[in-house]
Amino acid sequence: MKFLLVEDNQELANAICSRMQMDGHVIDHAAVLSDAVAFSETGEYDLILLDIMLPDGDGRSFLKRHRDSQMDTPVIVLTARSQVSDRISMLDLGADDYVTKPFDHEELQARCRAVLRRKSGAAQTVMTLGDVSFDPVAGHLVVAGSPRTLRNRELRLLELFFNAPGQIFPKHKLFDRLFSYDDDVSENAIEVYIGRLRKHLEGSSLAITTLRGLGYRLDQGDES
Amino acid sequence: MAENVHISGSLRRRLTFSLIGGAAILAATLYLVARSYSAQIAQQGQDNILGAAVSSILDVAIMRDGAVEVDFPYASFSMLNTPSDDRVFYAIHQDDTLLTGYEDLPRAPIPVGEKLGFATVEYAGTSLRLVSASRTLVGADLRSQVTVSIAQTQDALAVAQNRISRNVALFGAGFFLLTALLSFWASATTIAPLKRLTQSITRRGPTDLSPVSKPVPSEMAPLVGSLNTLMARLEQSLTRSEEFIAEAAHRVRTPLATVRAHAENTYQRVEREDNRAALRAMMRAVDESSRAAGQLLDHAMVTFRSDNLEKEQIDLVALAGELVRNLSPVAEMKDIDLILQGDAVVEIEGDAILLQNAIRNLIDNALKYSPVESRIELNVTATPRPQVVVCDQGPGFPPDRMQALTNRFSRGENAGDTVGSGLGLTIARDVVAVHGGSIHLSNRAEGGACVTLSF
Repeated sequence: MKFLLVEDNQELANAICSRMQMDGHVIDHAAVLSDAVAFSETGEYDLILLDIMLPDGDGRSFLKRHRDSQMDTPVIVLTARSQVSDRISMLDLGADDYVTKPFDHEELQARCRAVLRRKSGAAQTVMTLGDVSFDPVAGHLVVAGSPRTLRNRELRLLELFFNAPGQIFPKHKLFDRLFSYDDDVSENAIEVYIGRLRKHLEGSSLAITTLRGLGYRLDQGDES
Repeated sequence: MAENVHISGSLRRRLTFSLIGGAAILAATLYLVARSYSAQIAQQGQDNILGAAVSSILDVAIMRDGAVEVDFPYASFSMLNTPSDDRVFYAIHQDDTLLTGYEDLPRAPIPVGEKLGFATVEYAGTSLRLVSASRTLVGADLRSQVTVSIAQTQDALAVAQNRISRNVALFGAGFFLLTALLSFWASATTIAPLKRLTQSITRRGPTDLSPVSKPVPSEMAPLVGSLNTLMARLEQSLTRSEEFIAEAAHRVRTPLATVRAHAENTYQRVEREDNRAALRAMMRAVDESSRAAGQLLDHAMVTFRSDNLEKEQIDLVALAGELVRNLSPVAEMKDIDLILQGDAVVEIEGDAILLQNAIRNLIDNALKYSPVESRIELNVTATPRPQVVVCDQGPGFPPDRMQALTNRFSRGENAGDTVGSGLGLTIARDVVAVHGGSIHLSNRAEGGACVTLSF
């Protein structure tokens, strides 16, 4: 997916960008409002992440302008204000959602997915491997013509594999993506989700292979 | 309302008293003037009659053979008849010798150039009005001064004066009463704009700091002017402190977000467990401080708004629906189903922002303590009382400390490592309390905690 990040704090922007790229997304960064306007007018973005307090103006004016110009790119506001009244005014101005800083990256991702799902008609990001097509936004999986619905953690796990077929993912890496530091589960919990994915992928040309002591890998049956 | 105002006197009372006082002085003056004027007129009437009587007697006095002859005309005495049978005294002197009449009746001094002299004298134990006139009679070789004096008691005059005094007194009292009534009315109407101003300010909403725009009398203009200036200054300082809080939050939360994002990214890369533990501790500390800051602000906001409730008609179902939609992505991360059920519409009178805050805290709590792939149910029902019930499938509340959990900064012993500030239930409790409702914590038989808000 292609994101536009409007954030004046360079360090935070760097962190968000590198994380997004790590996840296989494309992300452009605008540090000031004028750049943001220029970017949003030229580029085709699936989603805009917008900070409200910017050095050359208020992000809210960008939001209003964005909505007035009939652009339907969804906007998620990154706000430093936590009060309900501020959040409500954000939505009134046409933001699709907001996250309060500091935020959990997985939560931001979950909100992006939810917003994109709501905006049906927004760019569909269907990925295909062999006879399996996978829509990580909607959580749909089509295996050899038969549709299946994935739960959130299953789809997050599958998304990782889909982005890098053939790559070996150590167990802890997968674990970090699925669970927050807060979740009181052992690393072996990952095996449960691998098991479920295998079940979903039954009858397809794809398989998740366990590499003892190394981790897991998504293999395309034809090549192996 | 006036408990914190130091009161000294009352404008209305002061106005009423000065108007009534003025009326009293006016009425008394009116009484005295009218009485003395009427006494003067009555006195003049008696004087005229007495003068005419004296003149008619003096007219018929003649000098014959060196002696003075006076023939009393009957009319001169009949004109002195009064309803009160006033007594009449007379004396006729030739020069200084009494010719006839009451021996010791004094003569009134006649001013030079006047024909008649008037005086009020004490005689025979009573007060008399005395009139004297004199004429020079000329005989063969004799010039003689004849003086006629007539005095009359003043009984009839006193009666007339009493009657007039009584009428004037009644008139004065009536005048006073009428003026007193008018002064009540006048002070009430004068104070009215002040009352209207007070009402229009009292009726304002807590956030209404707009200037007073209603027209006021010119005397109140300086007061209203400085009131408007004060409100403008207040508004400005409120805006400034709001901006300050926003700026402060921004200054703190943005670097926190940076720390958290970098920690999270690094967490994905490092493999050594001690490094990972350090990063986890870092993320936890960031989350804790941000959550505590948020809830402290929320708690302050709840306290402030509770004192200045802005009530409106609110559909609890719509409000809960909005929250469910907003929190679904968070629930999804743990594969928790966030389910809203109950009635279609549940309306109550309340403050939307406060209620949203309270219910959000309950859902936040449920999300935090719920296990993966569980259900959180929101039940919003209208009967028998409007209720919002949030139930999860988590560990439940520790049974012995159930009610203590709604106290500030109190957390369950089984909260474990879950990030929290201990203000969530307190906020919910405070919000429900200002809406006249109650909060009830319970554990479900099949496991899980339930929080019920009843309105």
